[in-house]
Formats: sequence, C-alpha cells, structure tokens
Amino acid sequence: MNQQQWHHRESYTFDRNVIAEIRRAANTGIYRIRGWGAKRELPTFDDLVFLGASMSRYPLEGYREACATDLVIGEGRAERPVRLAIPITIAGMSFGSLSAQAKEALGRGATAAGTSTTTGDGGMTAEERGHSETLVYQYLPSRYGMNPDDLRRADAIEVVVGQGAKPGGGGMLMGQKINERVAEMRTLPEGIDQRSACRHPDWTGPDDLMIKIIELREIVDWQVPIYVKVGAARPYYDTCLAIKAGADAIVVDGMQGGTAATQDVFIEHVGIPTLAAVPESVRALKELGVHREVKLIAAGGIRSGADVAKAIALGADAVSLGTAALIAIGDNDPALDEQYRELGSAAGFWEDFQAGNDPAGITTQEPELASRLDPELAGRRLANYLQVLTLELQTLARANGKSHVHNLEPEDLAALTVEAAAMARVPLAGTEWIPGDS
Amino acid sequence: MTTSIDLSQVTLRELNKRLHETDEGRFVVRNPRGAHALAVGITTPVTVDVEGSVGYFCAGMNMTGTVRVDGNAGTGLAENIMSGLVRITGNATMSAGATGHGGLVVIEGNAGARCGISMKGVDIVVGGNVGHMSAFMAQAGNLVVLGDADHDLGDSIYEAEVFVRGKVASLGSDCVEKEMTPQHLDTLSRLLEAAALPAGTMSAGTMSAEPGDFRLYGSARELYNFHVDDVDAAAAAKGKP
Repeated sequence: MNQQQWHHRESYTFDRNVIAEIRRAANTGIYRIRGWGAKRELPTFDDLVFLGASMSRYPLEGYREACATDLVIGEGRAERPVRLAIPITIAGMSFGSLSAQAKEALGRGATAAGTSTTTGDGGMTAEERGHSETLVYQYLPSRYGMNPDDLRRADAIEVVVGQGAKPGGGGMLMGQKINERVAEMRTLPEGIDQRSACRHPDWTGPDDLMIKIIELREIVDWQVPIYVKVGAARPYYDTCLAIKAGADAIVVDGMQGGTAATQDVFIEHVGIPTLAAVPESVRALKELGVHREVKLIAAGGIRSGADVAKAIALGADAVSLGTAALIAIGDNDPALDEQYRELGSAAGFWEDFQAGNDPAGITTQEPELASRLDPELAGRRLANYLQVLTLELQTLARANGKSHVHNLEPEDLAALTVEAAAMARVPLAGTEWIPGDS
Repeated sequence: MTTSIDLSQVTLRELNKRLHETDEGRFVVRNPRGAHALAVGITTPVTVDVEGSVGYFCAGMNMTGTVRVDGNAGTGLAENIMSGLVRITGNATMSAGATGHGGLVVIEGNAGARCGISMKGVDIVVGGNVGHMSAFMAQAGNLVVLGDADHDLGDSIYEAEVFVRGKVASLGSDCVEKEMTPQHLDTLSRLLEAAALPAGTMSAGTMSAEPGDFRLYGSARELYNFHVDDVDAAAAAKGKP
C-alpha cells in the first residue's frame, strides 16, 4: 500500500465540507443560509421497486392501451374544482425568490402540460396569473400582498402551514433580492433581510383552521378548492387535522423539499423524508374514510416518473415539483459552469438561491441576469420535462396492469432496504416481511 | 335603502352572497349569534350594521365597505382589511385588524392579544387596552391605544407606529419609544377624530383623548439585517493569514 495515501486520509467526521463550514462560521458569526433542499443521503423512492406484471398480473400494452392520468380536486365542495391533465403540479415559489421571467416560464410550462402552478410568499403577479391557466394562490403566515381580488382570481387556495425544507420556519428573503417592486408587494423597506412569520397571525390550531377555511370559502363564494400544505413533521396527525378542518387537498412536503433561503441547519435536520411521510398521510386518509376523495399531494425531492408512480402507488393522488422544475428551466446548467465557479460554486452544486446573483436568471431580481432567461424556451423545456415524467409514470402503471395511474397500489411495490420497507410499509424485496407489521 | 336580515332565518352563506352581489345600500343584520365569517369579502361601499356579537373573522378582507358591530367580536376582526371602516362598540378578541393593508378599525372596548399583528397599512384605534404582543411584526400603519398595552408590545416591528396613552407593560424585541414629532401629532389627531363618534350618538365621546397624552413606539431597526462579521478581511488588513 502506498504510505502516502495515509497522510491524505480524509476524516469521515470532519470531512472537507465540515471543515469549510466551521471555517465559514468562524469568519462570519452567522449561520449558513442557502437555497435548494436537503443534500444529505436520505431514504428515497429509489429504495422501492415496482414488481411489474407476472403470471397473475396482466400488463397493458405500453404504447397503445389507454392509461389515464387526470385528476380532479375539490369536487363536491367547490363550484369550480381544479381539473388537471396530469397528477404532477408545480409547487409554490414566490416572485421575489424567483424572477418574473422564471415565474412566467413555470406558468407557460405547467399550462402546456395541463397542470397547475402556485404562487409563493410574495403575492400574485399579473405575469404569473396571465401565463398560468390553473393557478394556486398560497395563503401564508406573512400574508404579503394578500387581497380579496387576487384571492378570487385564484383557481385554488393553499393554506400554508409549513414546508418540507423548514417545518416550523417562516419564509426568508435576503436584502439583495428585496428591490423596489418586491418591497412594495410585501410592504417592507427595501434591502432588509426579510424573515417572514412562521405562525399564522389570526388562527392557531385545527379548530381555528376550520373556521379560517370557512372564511376563505365565504370570501370566494365557495368557488374554488382549499388545500392545506404542511411540512412533513407529524404527517398522520397533520393530515387527520387538515381533513377535520375541511381541506379539499393536503400537500405533504418532505424534508427534501426545496427553499429559496433557509438556515442549512433547518434544511438538513428538521422534518422527515417524503418516503416516510406519504404512508403516514395515507393512513390518516384511510382511517377517516376519505382516501382518494380528499386529495393527497406529495412533495419533496420528486425527480422522475418513477418517483411520481411510487408516490401514487403509496396512496398519493399527485405530486408537486419545485427544485426539479427549476432544473428543467435552466438551474445548474453545465453551460454556466464558469460563471458558477466565479461565484465559488460549480454547475451541479449551485445552491445559493438566497444570493440573488444567479447566472441562470432564475433566482434573482437583477434585471440583467433575469433577462437571460427566455420564458418561452424555458417554458417549453418544463413542458417537455413534465411530458417525460408523465410518459414514465404511464409506462410503470401499464407494466403493473393499470388503466389509470391512480390504480397503482402498495401491492405493486417491494422495498430494497429494511428502512424503506419499514417506512413505506411494503415488503422487503424477496420476502413477505414488513418490519413492524409482523 | 336599508335591508334587514335576520340570521336566525337566513344562512350565513345567503347573507355573504347578497353582500357580494350588492353595490350599495345598508344592511341591518339581526341575531348574529356569534356567527363566524360574517360580512367577509365585501368589495363594494355597502354598510352593514350588526346588532349583536360576532364570531371569528368578522369583516375579513373588507374593501371599501363599512361594517359596524354593536357588540363584541371574536378572533381576527377585520383581518386583512384593505380599506373602508370596521367599528365595534364592545371588545375584540385576539388578532384584531391582523395583516390589515388599509382602512380604519375602531374598537371602542378592549382588544385581546396580538392586536394589529403583521399590520400592513391599516389604522387601528382601540378605546381600551390591548393584549400582549400587539403590533407583532407590524409593517405599516398606526395602532392607537387609549388604554394600556400588555407585554411585548411591537415585538419585531417594522415601519408601523404605535401610540399608547396608558402604561406599556413591556416592549418586545427591537421596539423602542420614539420622539413624537408634529407630524405624528397630526396623524394622531386625525385618527382620534376619525374614530370618535359624533356627540349625541351611541358611545359618543368614547374616543376623546388629547394627542399630547400619548407616547410613540416604533422600530429600532436593529433586526432589519443580519449582522455578518468578516474576520478574514480584518486578518488581511493586519497582514495575518
């Protein structure tokens, strides 16, 4: 063995990332704030596989036989339920954290694919309303820019209790992104490091939330569905309570969920993985007898049609994408590698969404940078990406003999690790063993 | 034209629907019986007089309407009010005027905790006391309190201004007493005048107070930005690694 290597052995406990973070902390005296989501290794949907068809399960023809993907949210309660062509939605991301061009691109892409996009912690812009056929309006603790006109312009209202990147934390937007327009929309001084409220100002607890949902329904004359979004903290109880409060849909955002700006310690250490959260929410829906009636939207680290199919097989009705959608429209583009390197990062590693100097023009409010993003082309990329996810989802559903993707079920799955088997409550591959169940 | 609506006969849904479909006029609501979400989402210059106490979120998101309650109000009175007037003769529970963007909220009695929380331009005048954490994270607008304020007034306050005539139990993070300028006194006089009822009407004189008796509280602006050190730069200046 080459003795030299022992002098260069990296510590597992104090690896280069740990050392860099200690040095950064010692220099600045402030915790690391960054964008993106959890970067550590976590149990994911990759730890599950579909079983496919066999002697006892008939597949559908991969290219010919129909495999439906449509979804309706809020039927029976809302005058105008949300009708989606695919069970893949675009998650809430604010104008402010994203450029107007990026919001427009998301609207264009989602609309072309027949799905919805969502506002964020900064109110609704005319651009995103104009380019989104189906727009979900977030009702956040900060209530920045909240008003009854926008509320009535929305196709659904999402009461945000928490998000996966930071269950228990409010929004954050650094001063360099609070320009005149953003400041005005949020009624804040320009240039402040904005830390949004983490609790709703006028309701606490599920009983209040029930009344709040009635108020929102009354304001919009019961026209549109109401979602409740929670970070994956206690998904069984949160889902039970959201159902009791009268939600039409529950969005459960796992810890891989992205953010525009949050403390690294929050992103990496609070919340549970999406894989662990979905079955808990489904258990609540089933126990209360509303599974597939009150819709479950799973979010946090969804990347592929396989992820979508597995989330649905575990009992979700749809998924929501944030980070993946940003990548599809150009985030972390290798062609920008040199520019990312000038900022101390590299393509594939860029996470400083809080900094406002995004060379891709997505997470910025700098007009020159933002103008680099062509909303039409970026929207086309997103539409293509959503189409691929849908084709992959249908491929897997057909392989398991399903004529509608919502017919996917846990029985179609096996787990590759004991941990995934325990979390997803599907058998470890090659066995009938579900840890904790037998 | 005045329309009388008896909430023991008509559903809340029917009442709110009518208010949303009406451009003008006066409605008198009888037997509110503590109903939640009463007269929410008004976006026309209608007047609603409620004879009795109301539940949560009365007059929520009010825009250009006038809602008067002869009684008490539950949590979130006039939450997110955009413009117009909301006035109650009694007490309001928690979070009165929360996140209000504009307009005027007058509470002749006391207001509970978190009055004016996250207010964004609304003016709120309280004849009595306000509870703890009032004007929490208040961004813009004025909160006028003729009585006392409980603990942690104005915690994490932004650019809103708080006028208190009585005692303040304690100020919250980043909230400090400020010097009252002639401009502040003008604002205060205007709000006291707007909140007062004409002589001879119910509760006349409730809001009478001298602007000079108030003290002003606002943001020290110490929490607006993170404090970021740079030891590396200091080391470089000293020629040290």
